[in-house]
Parts: sequence; C-alpha cells; structure tokens
Amino acid sequence: MRMTSHPILSMVIGRIGLGLLSLLIVSLVIFFSVELLPGSYASAILGQTATPEAVAAMEEKLGLNQPAVLRYLAWLGGAATGDLGMSFAGRPVMTVLGPRLMNTVSLAAITALIAVPLAIMLGILCARFRGRFIDRFLSTSTLASISVPEFFVAYVVMMVLAVKLQWFPSMAGIRNSMDFGEQLYRMVLPILTLLLVILAHMVRNTRAAILSVMASPYVEMARLKGEPEGRVVMRQALPNAIGPIASVVALNLAYLISGVVVIEVVFVYPGVGQAMIDAVRNRDVPVIQACALIFATAYIGFNLIADIISIVSNPRLLHPR
Amino acid sequence: MRDSGTVSGRLALRSFTAMAPSRRGFLGGAALAAGAFFMPASLAAQEGPKQGGTLRYGMNDGSQQDTLEPGSWSTVMCGAAFNGALCNNLVELLPDGSLAGDLAESWEGAEGATRWTFILRKGVKFHDGRPFTAEDARQSLLHHMGEESTSGALAIVGQIADIAVEGEDRLVVTLSQGNADFPYLLSDYHLSIFPAKDGGGIDWESGIGTGAFRLESFEPGIAVRLVRNPDYHKPGLPHFDAVEFINIPDSTARLNALLTGEVDVIEDVDIRNVALIEGNQGFKVHRTPSLRHLTFDMNCSVAPFDNPAVRKALKLAIDREDIIAKVFLGEGEAGNDNPVAPIMPLWAETPPPHRYDPEAARALLAEAGIEGLTVDLSTAESAFPGAIEAAVLFREHAAKAGITVNVVQEADDGYWDNVWLKKPFNASDWYGRVTLDWLFATSYTSDSPWNNTGFHNARFDELHGLAQAESDEAVRRAQYAEMQQILHDEGGVITVAFVSWRLAMTENIGHAETGGILPADNHRCAERWWRSDV
Repeated sequence: MRMTSHPILSMVIGRIGLGLLSLLIVSLVIFFSVELLPGSYASAILGQTATPEAVAAMEEKLGLNQPAVLRYLAWLGGAATGDLGMSFAGRPVMTVLGPRLMNTVSLAAITALIAVPLAIMLGILCARFRGRFIDRFLSTSTLASISVPEFFVAYVVMMVLAVKLQWFPSMAGIRNSMDFGEQLYRMVLPILTLLLVILAHMVRNTRAAILSVMASPYVEMARLKGEPEGRVVMRQALPNAIGPIASVVALNLAYLISGVVVIEVVFVYPGVGQAMIDAVRNRDVPVIQACALIFATAYIGFNLIADIISIVSNPRLLHPR
Repeated sequence: MRDSGTVSGRLALRSFTAMAPSRRGFLGGAALAAGAFFMPASLAAQEGPKQGGTLRYGMNDGSQQDTLEPGSWSTVMCGAAFNGALCNNLVELLPDGSLAGDLAESWEGAEGATRWTFILRKGVKFHDGRPFTAEDARQSLLHHMGEESTSGALAIVGQIADIAVEGEDRLVVTLSQGNADFPYLLSDYHLSIFPAKDGGGIDWESGIGTGAFRLESFEPGIAVRLVRNPDYHKPGLPHFDAVEFINIPDSTARLNALLTGEVDVIEDVDIRNVALIEGNQGFKVHRTPSLRHLTFDMNCSVAPFDNPAVRKALKLAIDREDIIAKVFLGEGEAGNDNPVAPIMPLWAETPPPHRYDPEAARALLAEAGIEGLTVDLSTAESAFPGAIEAAVLFREHAAKAGITVNVVQEADDGYWDNVWLKKPFNASDWYGRVTLDWLFATSYTSDSPWNNTGFHNARFDELHGLAQAESDEAVRRAQYAEMQQILHDEGGVITVAFVSWRLAMTENIGHAETGGILPADNHRCAERWWRSDV
C-alpha cells in the first residue's frame, strides 16, 4: 500500500474502491444469471391466457426484445444513480421494494440492537469465566441452537409462545395501517427466533477471539503485574480482539438483511426475502435483480466496515509485510 | 370505431332474450336479474345469515405485482378482493353456474348473436356517490381493447367490433362474429366496472367501484382491507362489516394462521393436512367442484395415437379411482374423458362411462391387430401435483391390459414450454373455461392454439361453428352434447380427475351453496358469506 500522510484515509478509499469493484462483478453475475431463468414474465403473468401473440405484445412492451448487453448497461446506469427501473407490473421497483426494505431493516435493526451488545457481553463473560458453569452452559446451549435449522427454531418458538401459551400472534404480518406498538408486538416471535440463531454464532466467536488474545505474552505480562482478571479481559484482551469480533458481527448483520427468507416465510413477515421469492415466481426480473443487488450491497458494505474497523483497531494491518 | 354513438334502427330479425347458458327456467331478463337476490333453499334451512363481523381470508397467491388495474389481475387475491368485493360486472355467475344480471338488469341478443343490448340497472352508485352510467360500462370494456392491450381479457374483448351507448341505460355491443355466449363471457373477472374518466378511460387508480365493500387499504402482496358499502345495490348484502384478504404464500404458515385464529378461512389446503383440520374441533374443510381437470393427453395426429383403437384402449386401461384414492387421497372425482366439467350448465352425459377394464382394452387392441403396444408418457411434478405418481400407477394398470407405459420424467422447469404441446403423450393441468365455446376454441378445434391432443375432427369443427351463434337453446344443447360425445369416444384426452377448490375455515363462517367456476365462491365470498358468531 502506498505510503501517504494519511495512511488510514488512503486505506479506506482503497477498500471502498475494491468494494465497488466486487459490486460491479456481482451485478454482472446477477444480471446474466437472471437471464438464464427459464420461462418468461409474460407467460407467467398471462398464465392460461398466454397465446403467442399476447406474449409477444407484452415482451415488446417491456423491452425484452432488446439485446441483453444493452439492457445490462441501461440497468447498471440506472442502478448507479439509484434508479432501479420499473417492475414489470408497471410500478417503480423502489415503490415495490421500499416498504419491504423498511420492514426488513427494522426487523434487522431491532434484532441487532439486542443481539450485538448481548452477544459481546456473554462472549466476554464466557472468556472471563472460562471453564466455569456459565461458560459451559452458554457454550452448550449456543452449540445446540447453531446445530438446528432456523425454521425448526422458528416452529418451536411458535409452538410454545403462540400455540400453547398464546402470548404472541403466530403471524407477524405487519401492515402500514398498524401502529408501531402493534407492529412491535407482532415482531416479537421473529425477533426472538433471529436472536437465537445469530446470538450463538456471535457469542462463540467473541469468546474464541478473546481467548486467543488471552494467550498472548502481553496478557501474561499484565497478569504478572497483578492486574485483576476482569481488568485484563476488558483493557488488554478486548481491544485487541475487536477485529475478529467486528467481522463476525458484520457477517451476522448481513445475514439479518439477506438471509432471513425462511423466517419471513414461516412468520409471514413482509420483508425483502418474501418479495424476492414472489418476484422469482412471477419472473419479475427488475425486482429480482434489485433484491440481489440490495443483498450483495449489504454483504459487501458490512464486510467493508468490519475490515476498516479491524484495520483501524490494529494499525499493524496497515503495513502488511 | 369506438366512438360510434349511432344506434342502429334496424330491428332485430331474431332476438333471443337472456342467452344465459344455464337456461334453468329463467324466462326473461327481469327474472334473471332477480335471481341474483334469491338465496338458495339450502340456506333457509340453516339459521339465517347474520350481520356484522370481519372476514379474514388467507390467500395463497397474492403478489407484490398486484395492482388495481383490472387488465393485469391474475391472482385469486385480486379476483376475490377487487372483482368480487370492490366491483361488479355487468353480469354475475351464480353458485349453480348460471348467469344473472348484476349491473346489467337484462340483455338481448340479435342479428345472429352479433348485436347485444344490455339494459343497465338504475340507481347504482359508485363508492364516491357518482351514479353508475352506461358510459362507465362502455369505458370499462374499452379499457381492455386496442392494439396495445395486454389485458387478460383480450381474447374476450377482441370479439367486440363496436360499443355504443343508447339513451341513458342501454349499452349496445356489436361483435365481429356471432357469439351466443357473449353475456357469459362478460362475467370474466377482468371486466369489472370502474368509473369512466372525462375524456375517456377509466379511473381504476382511486379504487372506487360499485361493489359491496369500499377499499380501505391495499398493500400489494401483503393484505387488502375493505369495509362495508352501506349503499350497496343488492338489498340485505353484504353481511360482513369488513373483509381482509391476507397473503400467506406458504401452506404451512397458512395452516398455522388458521389454527391460531389469525384468519378465518384459508384456501388451497394441502391434501395431507385435510385429516388434521377435520379432526380439529371448530374447523371444517369445504370443497367446491371446479372446472379444473388433470389429464393425460394423447396426440391424435401422431402414431400410435392416430389409431382410435389405441386411444380407446388406453382410456380403458387406467384405473382412475385407484389413482384418486392413492395419489389424491380421495380429493377428486374421476373424469369420463370429457373435458367439460359436470358443474357447467351445458355439460352432457357421455355414455358409456370409461371404467377400468383391462380385458376390454386388451380385446380392442387384439381386434385392431396391435400387439405389445408401448407408449411413452411424459410427465413431471410441475405438470400437476402428483402427476408422476399417477403416471406410475397408470403404468401398473396398463400392464394388466398388455400395454407398456414408459413413464418419462421430464424436467420440472420449462415443462410447459418444452413438453406440453410438444410430446405426443403428456400430463396436463387444465383450469377450464367459463363457456364450452371458449373451452373448445382454445384447446379442441383444429385451429385452436393449445390443441394438446392434436385433435382434428371435421364434424367437431363444424358443430363448433354452428353452436357459436345458435339461438335455439335446445338445438345448441344438442350440438354441444354431440361434441362432448365425440371427444369422449374419439378424443385424445384421458381425464384422470376433476378436482375441487379446497378451503378450510372455522365453524363460525356461514355460507350457502358455493360456486366453483372461479375460486372463492366465484370470487364473491365477501358479499355472500357471513359470520355466525356475531
């Protein structure tokens, strides 16, 4: 890496550039793999009224008779300026996806606000009391919750809290017409399920990251100086474990945006994942592409931030040998 | 063409009143219209409908692409919420499959069924208080016409040469070719009536109709909520204060929603869950026979299916009852190689019933001098649910008749593009058509676009042309009966089963006889059903 007066700034700019490059490659993959989907929007929508003439008329109206490369460039140009085009149903893609994206983001945000601090706290506790009861208990239970598929967790949560105890509604189908309190009430079960799914991963990684630092000579040194164990963990180990923790947090945040399709389906939560399934079913290509692009952006973006955090927190990474 | 306001002074040479294909004792237009407001007798026996409450209906096919634009409607969710609750058509399909007037009180066909005059109902108001006029009806049809149209009703309105408004309450539709079923076709759910805009077109954007419910909120692919229209033109209807159509695409989630009381009705119940629901107190499964039929189609123009003896033998070599019992778990009615559903008013009995008879099949083939008949049956799970299992059972049944059926499992994706209409013997899933004329014109006449059975029969084609504009009901019925008999005897379609719309609901939802030509009680569940617990 070039040495400048602002090594961090140039590093951040370089990383963002790389991120954009990845996004460009992803956009190519998205566009041309969607092209490969068999069947067309026109025949999906027209169903059993799809005479060849009607299909041709609709494809011409949607501009699908243009060469793929031209359509890609037009789409890319639009996406770069924030215009994701028109859904085949005739509404702007952002109008279709906007409310869904808001739902997904609010579910992700609430879950993350609870999960991230909780996971880091529990991870630290595990590391601090390594081998003691709390560590064993959390390690076993997190391992168990990682090991079952998420829809199973969802159905167990639903069976206990919605069917047996009837504390919460089984359906999280929130709507604009509901006030925030009711929306939140309906979101409890999906949030709880997601918490169980991502908490485990983050707790285990936090614990592992701190423990690996705890094996370093300077931690030994701090101990020899007579620092209490809690202080060693918080002052010596944690700051040096921020990089790996940031990575796992980023991965889980990206999952909350793009990987919750199954949870959305089980709880009938109107998020982007359901929107994408719907679009694939109807071959609504602009919406499929927009969803894929949103997911890719979330992944690349969160990982970029994690990268930057780990480099800033560990200046040695600025000068790779 | 569209703006011809002239009224032809020519008198109708032959006029036939109210060509409602059911013709079940309705004598004239007025009686027909009144039919809409009679409750079937079975209802009176139960405790009567109650007013109030909310209906929450879990749908399986709502989409974020749903819009209020009637030409684009393709989901049951749009059909039930917009066509059935928000709007009315000129005509209405009654539960028994007959036709009644809705926004049109009566109609009359003339000049070889090319000129149709509709007398519109007076005093009907849109939800914003505007009176319903003939111009609204005219624009609502014009909306689907024209070169640029991508409307789902294009095939219907394509027959229209001219629409004119005559006086205040008459709409005169001129067809390019006679069609005795034309009023029936106007029941198509796309042809809902919306208010006309000044200067042409319709205002569908505001979500204003004449229907039993007013639109309160619409979130595409999530939910539609409608509230009672107190000024509805049908006395005593609707019963609910509000209706909600909620989209739950996943069948397990839909079942959960019903069992945990989030919704009152769910559609498209998985056959494996039927026993669970029926064993649960407070819930019931409701089935309505539909037009949908699952078939194995033989191409009559391709060897060996070009030999009538082969077709007949295969029709006798399948044990439909066995397939229905094992594959569809009893959810279906055996077909008799007539693609016309028994619920259609012009359905005709086609004797003899084709029952499993391997000996007769074997004898037929021996008589025709065919030995060791071997056929390839192309199928896939996407052809119809259970198609592969049904084909495998068919193989076993046919083996007893000395026929070898090779079950060819095709790719699911692209089945309808690559196999259907292309392979000589394939599995197919037909949703039916509201009239026989339309059904035959799309799939069984020589020049039909989806002639999956490669059927070319001169007499059949001739009858199709004759029946289209035939005004004498008895003659027409006889013509259609003969066509059905031809398909049964010589056609290439093996109808494995006719299936029902399968709903599950709580015991608290009351309804009379339900219609099965369209899903959700011909889309009109919102105005026809009620709650018994209010």
